[in-house]
Amino acid sequence: MTDATTQVKDTVTANDVVLFMKGTKEMPQCGFSSRVAGVLNFMGVEFNDVNVLADEEIRQGIKDYSDWPTIPQLYVKGEFVGGCDIITEMTLSGELDTLFADNGVNFDQDAANKIREANG
Amino acid sequence: MAIDATDIEPLIRAAFPNARISVEGDDGAHFAAEVIDESFRGKNRVQQQRAVYAALKGKMDGPNGALHALALTTKAPD
Repeated sequence: MTDATTQVKDTVTANDVVLFMKGTKEMPQCGFSSRVAGVLNFMGVEFNDVNVLADEEIRQGIKDYSDWPTIPQLYVKGEFVGGCDIITEMTLSGELDTLFADNGVNFDQDAANKIREANG
Repeated sequence: MAIDATDIEPLIRAAFPNARISVEGDDGAHFAAEVIDESFRGKNRVQQQRAVYAALKGKMDGPNGALHALALTTKAPD
């Protein structure tokens, strides 16, 4: 592993929920990153955000680590869950709730239901 | 460097010859593709979409990639 992929591995194992994104959760700089960060924020999930635009080595390292070419990338308990399309699908199907519940990640169930009502 | 929806389908088709494929988008950078293929059966979404990205051979990659945004939907036939 390169230094960057080692750093990615350390980050995703040390934190329950990590979102590698363009920009920060307060100020996303890409619509796709914004959508995933927005879902997590709305659901009240505590997560670490890593801004790949701030570090070119991490930007490449995260793609090598997951064998996935796009940002954002969501990790739960060290496992790669998916990018924007997958997280969107999982949010609307309720699979994301199940994933968080199974992994002991706290989230606001009412908020998750509201997202589905609004997009039903 | 722009790319057309009509450029994307053959790349996916080469890897999934029997798939049902639709690609939409006409601004040269943002596309939505749906790929329905028997080979996806039993695979999770990450595995399915990784296979489609592999077919696009680096076109998604970073600032030099022609494809900035491809919204992917993948599934096995019903």
